[in-house]
Amino acid sequence: MARLFAITIVVIAILSAIPILRHTWVAPEDISTHGALIDEQMSETMAEAGISFLAAQFILAFFVWKFSNRAPDAKLKKFPGGAKGLVIGALLVVGIEVMALGLFGVKAWANVYLDAPSANAMPVQVQAGQFAFYFRYPGVDGKFGGLHPELINEGSQNIFGLDPEHDVDARDDIVAAEMAIPVNKEIHLLMHAKDVGHSFFVRELRVQQDFVPGLDVSLHFTATKIGKYEIVCTQLCGLGHYNMKAYLEVMSQQDFDDWLKKQAGQ
Amino acid sequence: MRTKSMLVGVSTLLMSSSLMFAGTVSGKVTFTGTPAKPKTIDMSKEPSCAKQHATPLTTESVVTGPNNGLENVVVYVSSGAPDDGQVPAQAVTYEQKGCQYLPHVLPMHVNQELKITNEDQTSHNIHPLAKVNHEWNKSQPPGTPAISEKYEKAEFISVKCNVHPWMHGVFAVMNTNHYDLSKGGGAFKLPNLPPGKYTITAWHEDYGTQTADITITSNETKDVNFTFKAKAY
Repeated sequence: MARLFAITIVVIAILSAIPILRHTWVAPEDISTHGALIDEQMSETMAEAGISFLAAQFILAFFVWKFSNRAPDAKLKKFPGGAKGLVIGALLVVGIEVMALGLFGVKAWANVYLDAPSANAMPVQVQAGQFAFYFRYPGVDGKFGGLHPELINEGSQNIFGLDPEHDVDARDDIVAAEMAIPVNKEIHLLMHAKDVGHSFFVRELRVQQDFVPGLDVSLHFTATKIGKYEIVCTQLCGLGHYNMKAYLEVMSQQDFDDWLKKQAGQ
Repeated sequence: MRTKSMLVGVSTLLMSSSLMFAGTVSGKVTFTGTPAKPKTIDMSKEPSCAKQHATPLTTESVVTGPNNGLENVVVYVSSGAPDDGQVPAQAVTYEQKGCQYLPHVLPMHVNQELKITNEDQTSHNIHPLAKVNHEWNKSQPPGTPAISEKYEKAEFISVKCNVHPWMHGVFAVMNTNHYDLSKGGGAFKLPNLPPGKYTITAWHEDYGTQTADITITSNETKDVNFTFKAKAY
């Protein structure tokens, strides 16, 4: 019985590794300049985790196979020198593995978070609230108006709480329910939440970042392919979470300029 | 017994005579200045709603008509009305259709039944932001029966949908049945007012409140006009 269990462990481990090795489920097309680094990081992580997983299952199966049919009066075998050394060794191996993943991941992480965006990156602000994303562009003056949460009024579509009556910078701000960006242009995404935690996830962009209430989070990316992609919230945020999405339209510079003009006229 | 029936007879006579001599208040609500341009509402995240609107909806906080008429203003008798406490037996209905509240402003009497229906293929979560009355919010998936509610106190309640942030409306809960909602060119009419002194109040969700004191002496039509100052932002 125990040997059957050992065999089952090995079979399950191998079967679960097959679709990964055969690349049965491929990631969606990458449309960002940094995406290759993220994909590489994911592959490395998958390889390390996969090898560790298979090794752990095989060792487990081996021990079950070898030591399960012990006679009732047989003497218990102990690990030579006690378990202390083994535990320390395991901690070191796992620690080194995690450190290595972190070190290899730095370049992907830094590319999005730590390096400053270039000087001509285009700022776009995104506000997440139950249960929609809204986007703001600074308008022709290139300056965002100040935010006044007490002025937020969705009935009159003052989604961000702007004060155009007193704040000149806010007057030409453009607010939209979809995100349009020019292709091959670096975007500096400024994120804040109106209420609870949310997340901004575009699979093709390889960007997934949480909104944290009270924190201004920012990241930057460059989209390289024209198209329409889905932005979804991947942080459970309440009743309408399933329906919290928006669209990202990557356009040519000309189309984007036209789009922006049209939005400004509304 | 005789005295009682006499009293009943006299009071009936008085009531019918007062109705016979009932006056009407009518007029127009207008604005001065330039109101902010209505903003287009983007419903692309809810395609089943977006496709119901051939031209995209715009914000309804300020709706204007010809000749500077201001619509969706609740004009009501705020004091002096003779029928306080008479709750109409018929319910008022608030419809959620195409991710929009219909009507935008729904006047009703205190304790009158309020029915809320969902005609859409998507879930709504209606959330009237009551401050004086009990506040609640209710989820209403497509195809579910109407929600039945009532409000016990007079209040102007802003209504929002917790799922679709652009949805916005107003419940105008009043202690009177003498009310009207300004339409078209801002016109309103309050009929069946027996002789007496009244305060007429006009309430607009963005521009605030105005009042006018009037006296109705006989079977007359009093003209009362309200002018609000528009906000450019």
